[in-house]
Amino acid sequence: MPSPIRKPQIRWHIAVFLAPAVLVYTAVMIYPLFNTLRLSLYTEVGQERIFVGLENFRTLFGDANWSRQFWNALGNNFWFFAIHMLVQNPIGVALAAILSSPRLRFSNFYRSAIFIPTILSFVIVGFAWKLILSPIWGIAPSMLDAIGLKSLYAPWLGREAYALTTLSLVSVWQFVGIPMMLIYAALLSIPDEILEAGECDGITGMAAFWKIKLPLVLPSIGIISILTFVANFNAFDLIYAAQGALAGPDFSTDILGTFMYRTFFGFQLQLGDPHMGSAIASAMFGIILIGVCLYLFGIQRRLRNYQF
Amino acid sequence: MSKARQSTGATIAAHAVLIVYTIIALFPVFVIVINSFKTRQAIFREPLTLPDSDSFSLIGYQTVLKQGDFFLYFQNSMIVTVGSLFFILLFGAMAAFALAEYRFRGNMLMGLYLALGIMIPIRIGTVAILEMMVQTGLVNTLWALILVYTAQGLPLAVFILSAFMKQVSDDLKNAGRIDGLSEYKIFFRLVLPLVRPAMATVAVFNMIPIWNDLWFPLILAPSEQTKTLTLGSQVFIGQFVTDWNAVLSALSLAILPVMALYVVFSRQLIRGITSGAVK
Repeated sequence: MPSPIRKPQIRWHIAVFLAPAVLVYTAVMIYPLFNTLRLSLYTEVGQERIFVGLENFRTLFGDANWSRQFWNALGNNFWFFAIHMLVQNPIGVALAAILSSPRLRFSNFYRSAIFIPTILSFVIVGFAWKLILSPIWGIAPSMLDAIGLKSLYAPWLGREAYALTTLSLVSVWQFVGIPMMLIYAALLSIPDEILEAGECDGITGMAAFWKIKLPLVLPSIGIISILTFVANFNAFDLIYAAQGALAGPDFSTDILGTFMYRTFFGFQLQLGDPHMGSAIASAMFGIILIGVCLYLFGIQRRLRNYQF
Repeated sequence: MSKARQSTGATIAAHAVLIVYTIIALFPVFVIVINSFKTRQAIFREPLTLPDSDSFSLIGYQTVLKQGDFFLYFQNSMIVTVGSLFFILLFGAMAAFALAEYRFRGNMLMGLYLALGIMIPIRIGTVAILEMMVQTGLVNTLWALILVYTAQGLPLAVFILSAFMKQVSDDLKNAGRIDGLSEYKIFFRLVLPLVRPAMATVAVFNMIPIWNDLWFPLILAPSEQTKTLTLGSQVFIGQFVTDWNAVLSALSLAILPVMALYVVFSRQLIRGITSGAVK
């Protein structure tokens, strides 16, 4: 029984409560993260690991072969992200706006159904779309034929010009449920008084959406954007499942995640190189850090959070 | 929009849009599942019709169950998912309780340290994680995956749970202290049962990404004995890429457990997301 007046003593229970989480988190997440950054400064000669400073980064950005692959992967990654921002988020907001209209029947059913692709694994999604878009099976061409657009069909995943965009759209198809849910929640939390006050001023229907609701859910759109950014810049699974580690055709769907995997593990004739892999991981870390900081200090501060 | 002004036209348009999008969302899953029950000829001749007595066939499922060890993969996935969730919830709740309940030096800092991992993906550290797992002999064991997923899930778990634990009434805990309960008993007997809904939310958020992950099973535990269902179906489909029956059946089998989980937990998941737990 502790005495009523607390003497300054070490409260061991605090340490006991914190220790497991802090230990696992530090040992398996934080330490490897910094160790990876450190490993990018080393290289292997023979069997020995030697310190080479920024040499790996000089190779990555300076060597013609490496830098071409890196900028290709980075450019593709930005395109991948851009499609998510331009397609996924507007569709998500639109669906949420429709779903949140009062007295809409079956809205629970629609919500659950539209969220289903999000719970499927990339392996399922990648292969399913690969089969559906495949010219051998012919589902996509025959469906386009049915609406008289057969001429539009091309083996999208096999063409360099279309493959990345197609995969980005598949990813959008998969994840549109997340912005939809978050925006839906934000829309529901807008108090009725505000909308009624708008109505008294003659703002209804579409105008109410653009002038009242959309500005109020901007903080949620900001959160979704940064979540999408982080997820896109360490994406790997979908490209790997659909196109393999070589991210074909001719590296046109290569993004940073697949590039790092290939470099780290090697493929076909190239041997795996953990140190170059670490260098790419460090570059990814830098990009994600810049993105998160831009969001935290640039965007989030300007978005006003309304408390109801 | 007020009730009076909401015209029938707008309602019909809203339903039309939602129905079209629902079809877009469900169509690929539907096509895969119906075709997995058909003969090879029927798959190609009439991919969009339901299987009838003529075209019905389980040949794909037979190949899958004969060739791939899907029960083992399923078991591995279960062990990894349940194990990781257990540790995420236990360790996460303990840390969240320490941060929410006690004032001590470095409380703020510890909270920030644990929150770092919400934004930074653990995949960045893969090279060093693999090296560490090789050194400790954990590579190609399920423990490697459980440890990684626990570390990955902890930051968000601590963040969500400590927000909830701050709402547990102080009077209740102090009453427990007066009755002579130790701090551990207060945590396990009084506080944990009260934050059960939040724990369920955290579990559901973590469950699906862990079950579906391909990256860490591929890198840390690719051996036949430790393959998860996601990796197992990926490898299987890669090998049987020309056997359409087998591929479609393997995809359907991989869809099945996730759909079952979703049907059971969808209400919890949707409530978790819409209650604003993610912010």
